[in-house]
Amino acid sequence: MPEIDTGDTAWILTSAALVMFMTPGLALFYGGLVRSKNVLGTYMQSFFALGLVSILFMMFGYTLGFGSDVGSIIGGLDFAFLKNVGAEPSPLAPTVPHSVYMIFQMMFAVITPALITGAVAERMKFKGYVMFMALWSILIYSPVAHWVWGGGWLGFSEGGVAALDFAGGTVVHINAGIAALACIIYIGKRKGYPHDAIRPHNVPMVILGASILWFGWFGFNGGSALGANGVAGSAFVATHLGAAAAMLGWLIPEWIQHKTPTTIGAATGAVAGLVAITPAAGFVEPWAAVLIGFAGGLVCYMFVALKPKLGYDDSLDVVGVHFVGGIVGALLTGVFATTAINAGGADGLLYGNPGQVVKQLVAVVATIAYSFIGSMIILFVTDKVVGVRVSEDDEMIGLDLSQHSETAYTAEGGATASHG
Amino acid sequence: MKMVSAIVKPFKLEEVKEALRVVGIQGMTVTETRGFGRQRGHTEVYRGSEYQVDFVPKVKVDVICDDDQLSQVVDAIMTAARTGKIGDGKIFVLPVEQVYRIRTGEMGPDAL
Repeated sequence: MPEIDTGDTAWILTSAALVMFMTPGLALFYGGLVRSKNVLGTYMQSFFALGLVSILFMMFGYTLGFGSDVGSIIGGLDFAFLKNVGAEPSPLAPTVPHSVYMIFQMMFAVITPALITGAVAERMKFKGYVMFMALWSILIYSPVAHWVWGGGWLGFSEGGVAALDFAGGTVVHINAGIAALACIIYIGKRKGYPHDAIRPHNVPMVILGASILWFGWFGFNGGSALGANGVAGSAFVATHLGAAAAMLGWLIPEWIQHKTPTTIGAATGAVAGLVAITPAAGFVEPWAAVLIGFAGGLVCYMFVALKPKLGYDDSLDVVGVHFVGGIVGALLTGVFATTAINAGGADGLLYGNPGQVVKQLVAVVATIAYSFIGSMIILFVTDKVVGVRVSEDDEMIGLDLSQHSETAYTAEGGATASHG
Repeated sequence: MKMVSAIVKPFKLEEVKEALRVVGIQGMTVTETRGFGRQRGHTEVYRGSEYQVDFVPKVKVDVICDDDQLSQVVDAIMTAARTGKIGDGKIFVLPVEQVYRIRTGEMGPDAL
């Protein structure tokens, strides 16, 4: 029987709490970027995931992702309702109690569908969001998590593709990013876009949200070492350097092109770098983390700058940051990964294994194909059952009032109202 | 009585208030507002896209005074709010029919 390591256990529990905090951080990051009439609706699309997805993950999500393998495609039902998930370790994380590994995974399952919502901010119906998120979490997230981390065909199990994804470049970011594209295509543009200037209503909120994401990401990537060890240290360092370099990778071209470095640019660049470094974090040297982060910031900047020409309304740039940044990271992991940092990983192109890039590409393409088609089907079904888009009137009034009967900011400090 | 409604640059508000005090004005109403005149707006950049923002933040100061005080009040605002650059604002003068003090019921210049 494998032995529980107290240090590992303490670190993974801490990391789970750090990752939990990323979802409210995302709410702030997204909430500041929308207009004031939609800030609560936008918050809710992240924050409510903590309620809904946590319970679904407890019931079926965990076992479908991390239960005993069925045909390399999906997990079995042995851990449904967290049956048998207790103090005995799982083979996927042999030095911590199974419950600890599970709760760490739960926080990833919560934030991933929340990421999608930024793409269709300010126009998604709450009912439709709930149904979409529930189905997506079970039918898309769990299988892809299984393929990569749960013993499925993309991972390191026997006969697997052996693609490297340290903390969720494919499972979380490419997966959410391509689902975001499906949502954008299905749901369509906001009323008035692109003619009306739709400006962020609270920029300090955006910076605070990005900072909380950055902070939580140390648990996201550092905790993905599944132990308190050298790999966790490498991942932590790589995470920070990736974000830092990406801030520069975004701001330098912005400064040159627009003659001004913006705070939203600094925050968005940092998040793009965190995305890009996610698959690589526990596999690369610090200098490679800087290069990956810088590339993430630069490429995402260029892609987001192209958006007006692409003619779609990716409102908060989920495709431009998570999809594009995720692909940059996944492919560069295949270039810079080295077993000198992580003996359990693989060498990349630079260390004499060009085949790793191909493996990375297989994982990227498989995730894109499955998630895009699956998301489209879920959108179609959700639309037929409850509808995915608010009415034109509700969109004009804003999500806060039309979906939640609340107002975020009142002119008179909330003093004027009567019970009616 | 006259109402003097002045649209000024926000950072000039304190100077305008002091200048009005000096000429004997004892009360005023201030509103944060937005608008454009010849100054037009400015450009803002969000994630690599430039937006033209037409409405510029301004402060509106409303003062009611007796007819014989009017030129002093207008001069005070004009001097205090002027930077000489475009966007210094405007002063509107309107006739006022009546003024009441709610607490006492006084009316006319006594209520100022």
